[in-house]
Amino acid sequence: MTAARRTDAWNAAILVSFAAITVLPIVGIVLLSLQSGHGPVSGFELPDRLHFENYARAFEAAHFASYLKSSLIVSSAVVAGTVVVSTLAGYAFGTMRFAGENFLFYLLLTGLLIPFEAVIVPLYVELRAGNLTNTYWSVILPLIGVNSAFGTFWMRAYFRSVPRQLLEAGAMDGAGSFRILWQVLLPGARPALLTLVVLVFMWSWNEFLLPLVMLSREDLRTAPLGLAFFAGRYTMDLVGMAAAAVMVALPVVVLFVATHRRFVHGMWVGALKQ
Amino acid sequence: MRGRGRAALPYLYLVPAFLFFVPFVLVPFAHTVGLSFYDWDGLTRASFVGIENYREAFGSRLVRSAFGHALVLILYFGVLPVLLALPLAVSSARTSVPGGNALRALIFMPQAISTVVVGVCWGWILALDGPLNAAIRALGPDWAAVDWLGSFTWALPSLGIVGAWTLLGLCVALFFAGLQQIPASLYDAAAVDGANRWREFRAVTLPGLEGPIAVALTVTVISALRAFDLVFVTTRGGPGTETVVPGILIYRRAFEDGRLGSAAAIAVILSIVVFAVTLLINRIADRRAA
Repeated sequence: MTAARRTDAWNAAILVSFAAITVLPIVGIVLLSLQSGHGPVSGFELPDRLHFENYARAFEAAHFASYLKSSLIVSSAVVAGTVVVSTLAGYAFGTMRFAGENFLFYLLLTGLLIPFEAVIVPLYVELRAGNLTNTYWSVILPLIGVNSAFGTFWMRAYFRSVPRQLLEAGAMDGAGSFRILWQVLLPGARPALLTLVVLVFMWSWNEFLLPLVMLSREDLRTAPLGLAFFAGRYTMDLVGMAAAAVMVALPVVVLFVATHRRFVHGMWVGALKQ
Repeated sequence: MRGRGRAALPYLYLVPAFLFFVPFVLVPFAHTVGLSFYDWDGLTRASFVGIENYREAFGSRLVRSAFGHALVLILYFGVLPVLLALPLAVSSARTSVPGGNALRALIFMPQAISTVVVGVCWGWILALDGPLNAAIRALGPDWAAVDWLGSFTWALPSLGIVGAWTLLGLCVALFFAGLQQIPASLYDAAAVDGANRWREFRAVTLPGLEGPIAVALTVTVISALRAFDLVFVTTRGGPGTETVVPGILIYRRAFEDGRLGSAAAIAVILSIVVFAVTLLINRIADRRAA
């Protein structure tokens, strides 16, 4: 074996072992979720057979059907709202010149830096005064607010990358600015929009502090919130808890596997935003 | 008339975004700053107390230890993944490992998983009768098995390792993307100069990765400062106050103890630390790049 090929093998071995270490806990919890639950489960063991009834139990008896439904409603609404407002604002910041442009843009960018912990207390007080706590709105509206900062930043970058001739040609045809956006620009924006959808869906699905504070009614709980309460209370039903955990993680993991290139790239740009 | 309508047009496109951003992010943030100068239980009349909440916060051992724990978490969430991700990204970028993209995607996956799920999963692994201790008992002495998250010594480092686990993949992805931007000619020049791998790393790779390293540190340090979900789900700040972090204090004081002003003051201090850290890391990166 030559020296170069030996380094290649080393490099591959390092990467494979880190990937293995990373997935080991995930594999462990999936295996746990399929155990019978009778007798102690202490290690990473293969179950005697696949006990999918753990999932049925978590879904029905532990109300995860309702929690997953709540999460789906909240996340879909946040994605829809964020995509619309960010596209409109990103279009203005990316293609138009106007007084106060920089000020308004940087004002919006502060939203990327403000930690949610720093708005949660007055947000709760205000939404309670408006009788909005214990409604999905109390989670949806603030999440659109926070995500519109990143969304606008993201869509502005896309609209800036569009060749100017395309905009001018549209204007020459006498199309109004909204028609240029709708008919000329949006068809090409599909990849950028899809990345935004995936990221905002993930951030909303996984949000914990906001629903924890806003939703005290059991039937409104989102999936991560339901799991946190389940884990706090039913520590006896270890396999049921594992099944619930897998169900909570699954939607975003599936989305991640389907779009991981886009996902990683978006997170990268998302990280650069800071 | 027409001209004026056109001048107003850009603002019309901004209205929807600001309609969500201003009332649900900006105004509450301003209120947090205002509230931090009041004593308020959330129900009765608030009374102005000046900087008393800040005085209390800076004097409180609990608040100081919460920020101290956040500093420790920075080492685990930020420094450790960056140090591990560097060789990992470099080794997998210089040679084409078959399935490299898929392997890096696997390492990235914890980023996509809800922190609550991560907490539940690791809570099981680190439990006294969990798989980690089962492995330790099988390989070594029984006394080496520890209730990791319940131990005064090990709870905080254990949470740190979990954070490192979730953030490693993000760092690898950032560095891998950064490495693609370094021109191959720089490596050729280093080879001509007879540089060995270490010299090449110091002279070409590391300078080329300054931007991505700054980004990775910013993201990971902020997630260490803001570690609320993981702590809330696993230890709730315990045992004792060993894993109390600023987010936990804000939550407890506001929603359990009815001390909203004090919670707001801690939130303001946390925000200032987050702003300062972001500014500092990017300043250093900019200066070194210049």
